[in-house]
Amino acid sequence: MTTQTVDRPRTGLSRRQRARLGRGVQYAIGIAVVVLLAVKIDWATFSAAFLRSDILARMMPRVITVGLVNTLIYTALAFVFGLTFGLLLAMMKLSSIGPYRWFATAYIEFFRGVPALVVLFMVAYGIPNAFPGFSFPGGTYGMVMVGLGVTASAYMAETIRAGIQAVPKGQVEAARTLGMSHSRTMATIILPQAFRIIIPPLTNEIILLVKDSSLVYVVGVTADQYELTKFSQDFLNRTVNPTPLIVGACCYLAITLPLSMLVRQLERRYAKAR
Amino acid sequence: MTNPTPAPIPPSTPDTTADATADATATRTTAISIRNLKKSFGSNEVLKDISLEVATGEVVCVIGPSGSGKSTLLRCVNLLEEPTSGQVFVGADEMTDPDVDLDGVRRRIGMVFQSFNLFPHLTVLENLTVAQTKVLKRSRAQAREVARHNLERVGMAHKEDAYPAQLSGGQQQRVAIARSLSMDPELMLFDEPTSALDPELVGEVLAVMKSLAAEGMTMMIVTHEMAFAREVAHRVVFMDDGYVVEAGTAADVIGNPQEARTRSFLHRVLNPMVIDASEITDEGVADLV
Ligand SMILES: Nc1ncnc2c1ncn2[C@@H]1O[C@H](COP(=O)(O)OP(=O)(O)OP(=O)(O)O)[C@@H](O)[C@H]1O
Ligand SMILES: [Mg+2]
Repeated sequence: MTTQTVDRPRTGLSRRQRARLGRGVQYAIGIAVVVLLAVKIDWATFSAAFLRSDILARMMPRVITVGLVNTLIYTALAFVFGLTFGLLLAMMKLSSIGPYRWFATAYIEFFRGVPALVVLFMVAYGIPNAFPGFSFPGGTYGMVMVGLGVTASAYMAETIRAGIQAVPKGQVEAARTLGMSHSRTMATIILPQAFRIIIPPLTNEIILLVKDSSLVYVVGVTADQYELTKFSQDFLNRTVNPTPLIVGACCYLAITLPLSMLVRQLERRYAKAR
Repeated sequence: MTNPTPAPIPPSTPDTTADATADATATRTTAISIRNLKKSFGSNEVLKDISLEVATGEVVCVIGPSGSGKSTLLRCVNLLEEPTSGQVFVGADEMTDPDVDLDGVRRRIGMVFQSFNLFPHLTVLENLTVAQTKVLKRSRAQAREVARHNLERVGMAHKEDAYPAQLSGGQQQRVAIARSLSMDPELMLFDEPTSALDPELVGEVLAVMKSLAAEGMTMMIVTHEMAFAREVAHRVVFMDDGYVVEAGTAADVIGNPQEARTRSFLHRVLNPMVIDASEITDEGVADLV
């Protein structure tokens, strides 16, 4: 208290004023750097190399109708598989039955440790070799669903388990006291609350999946099955110009940014019911 | 009921109520029967050979110091805790029988917790209907009707669309009671239902419980509200260190305790200011004999 009253007349500024001044200086530096870069960059050369509209025109509309659409499909398939199987694994990991717990732990540790690319490759070539005559329902799409989903499920299982454990124990007790069975309690009381808790980390995993879908090329895909990265790379090879990569990157952002916004919306909606 | 304030506690009248209760319990059926119940957590024996009966329509208050095993006893009745040995009967069903339909019996036993445990993701009305529709298989319309009736009983009809987080503690606890009532329970267990409440909110919850007692609901209540126990309980059970030390009418146990441990406990609870700092030991407060 006394130091403050001594301090204040010396600087002539309150703590809040000083904070505002500090922030002003930071903004000024930031703007100066941006302006400097904007002036220094040779826009003509840069855009000639990275933003060629003729190449963009040639990529349209297939970059959307094929690349973007396939990226979305692969992501959605892997997500559905990962979420379903991840939920099952989370239940197994929380089970009172030892072998279930051990299996879930082994699965999660293994597939979180092995690169997604390797898993995808093993699913695509290992399974058909191990079981001759077996082919994935849905062809490439089925293969990708499993190949990416297996890794996704390992991550999601841990997220879901943490979410379930974050629901207070009293919730289970209240539900069981009302005569609900274990599975009924899970489905109507615990999981709805757990999912609200894990929406942010789950979004993270979807966004990682969007980018993991760029690995799909290893399973050997036809031109109609190209996702954004493969599609852009193909153009890159043909045009010997990096513009396709920039276009591809923008398409990825066109997926992830709305996703983040949707999630923020959901979180706000659920804030009241917590 | 919309403006529940506890009536001033009248002085208890030991002789008349005691006789009336004794007569009534003799002819009534047994709602809860606890026989030689023991419960250990690891090597910590929390309940040491408890036997206790609660008659239909009876209100039994369980009192005792913290850690004496009151909550554990209550939770053994509906098997939220599994007894280590002994038997628990609810009506004709043995809860401790491994083949008992636990979910089936539990829906007949209401339970109210210290921390309310309302479902935060559901509205007040949904809190009351969810088990009715999923467990009792009542229709939506019927469940809502029952729910609204019970919200009315606890004076919370005006909040049916609110979420629990939007309610005060006292309101949440009244909704929790209404949620239990919506299952039409045969008996209700209360574990310190007012301990988490601000003092000015305690009265509204006790008033609801008092009206339930007046309607003849069988209740087993763990509480620190001695005035409430004195007025409402047909019988008071004093527990200490895993034993039932003393049991009898409220007037006897609270008004004229026979055991030193009961006297010491009541002395501390009823006169919290009399304890001198020098009496406090590692174990809590030294027993005053
Ligand atoms: N789940 C548990 N695991 C291990 N020990 C437990 C568990 N529940 C209770 N106990 C122990 O059992 C003893 C009795 O606890 P209990 O909650 O029944 O006491 P209580 O009489 O209800 O006390 P309070 O008035 O503080 O609620 C305590 O020593 C407590 O630490
Ligand atoms: Mg307790």
